[in-house]
Amino acid sequence: MTHLDSELTMLKADIIDMWRLVLNQMEKGRDALTNFDRDLAEEVVENEKRVNSYELKIDKDCENIFALFQPVATDLRLVLAALKIGNNLERIGDIAASVADFVLDADTDFNKDILEHTKILEMYAVANEMMADTLEAFDQEDTRLARTIFKRDKILDKIDEAALDRVEESIKNYPDQVRNCLLVLSMIRKLERVGDQSKNIAEEIIFYFEAKVLKHKKKKKKEGDE
Amino acid sequence: MSNKIETIDVNLHYGDFHALKDISLGIPENSVTALIGPSGCGKSTYLRLFNRMNDLIPETRITGKVLLDGENIYKIKANKIDALRRNVGMVFQKPNPFPKSIFENVAYGLRVNGITDKSFIEGQVEKTLHQAALWDEVKDKLKKSAFELSGGQQQRLCIARALAIEPSIILMDEPASALDPISTGKIEDLIFELKAQYTIVIVTHNMQQAGRVSDYTGFFYLGSLIEFGKTRKIFTNPSKQETENYISGRFG
Repeated sequence: MTHLDSELTMLKADIIDMWRLVLNQMEKGRDALTNFDRDLAEEVVENEKRVNSYELKIDKDCENIFALFQPVATDLRLVLAALKIGNNLERIGDIAASVADFVLDADTDFNKDILEHTKILEMYAVANEMMADTLEAFDQEDTRLARTIFKRDKILDKIDEAALDRVEESIKNYPDQVRNCLLVLSMIRKLERVGDQSKNIAEEIIFYFEAKVLKHKKKKKKEGDE
Repeated sequence: MSNKIETIDVNLHYGDFHALKDISLGIPENSVTALIGPSGCGKSTYLRLFNRMNDLIPETRITGKVLLDGENIYKIKANKIDALRRNVGMVFQKPNPFPKSIFENVAYGLRVNGITDKSFIEGQVEKTLHQAALWDEVKDKLKKSAFELSGGQQQRLCIARALAIEPSIILMDEPASALDPISTGKIEDLIFELKAQYTIVIVTHNMQQAGRVSDYTGFFYLGSLIEFGKTRKIFTNPSKQETENYISGRFG
């Protein structure tokens, strides 16, 4: 293994560790919401620092690799993709912490019917699955899996679009939970962004392995572009 | 990490020419230190301080201290200079194997040091050819002339020859500048491997090479040490404007 290879292997390992941490943050955020677990929510907020320090480390490592090794071809695309994936993961980490913050803003636990009716849990399930699948796509060089991400973002968009009406209905059904309903609406607006970040990550994975730029391309082209 | 080599206020003159000016620098043990700078900046002269090769150039005057493992090597007795040069191996710009077989090139240093034990010599030759990442390519032709090897192989042979007498320091003066990119890559990977056991100081004109192989970098200009520090720092955020101009190719 060359010196550059060992640096790139370490960079990849750091990205994968960051990915797992952020996914873990998302899962804990969901559990904090469903179980109204304030301790868990606080842990998620606290852990955001760790996510941030991963981003800084990856930024620094990429800067060093550019400066010291002048990577080319696949190696260059890996370092470019790593920079952007690290940035996207950090934003997902922010979202996970924001949702946990909203949980801490609630005075009582969240009514299960509201969580069902607004589809926020379905949103979490889809978002977390997207994150897990982008991680697997990156780790296993599976660009076919990465391409499935784009379609799934639509599910999140639809839930987000319908959220205002559903929250309004929930408020009518549970007038004692107005505050929590509003918090759920805020959470949905945040979680919708996880889909966009995951899409960006999927684009970077395809760029890394196939040298294809899918950014700003039409959806059909992205999914069919094999 | 402790310093294997340390120079304190070293000045060197070739006749009237002031080649090194007040150089104070510590070179950490078990690391690779790269010396960079334009031609004539003093980096090779500085390198040759450590095995007293400058002594061979007439009208050379040296002041200051050059400490190796804490001992001033310019104060040692004349009969200890051989021992110093055994401890400080050197590899040059052009591969310079002896007109002998591959085996004898590596064994040579041992033989001139009075070692006659055949099995010890054989063991040492094999070990150092492995260390120099050359064994697999030459194991079936050890009796062949070293000149039959490619330039890159010859250079690795010279590294094996330097390693055979078990030095603790290896000096390399442009070790890859006469080689193609593949051979250069092999030498660089080898340098990276060897630092676990040796302290390596390398002079290079190739800044990218300094970036790839070294832990520490010193930038020399007009006989002065402008900046010394961790290679990562020097190549991402040097402290001196001159260093930045040089490494970014905006020199002069």
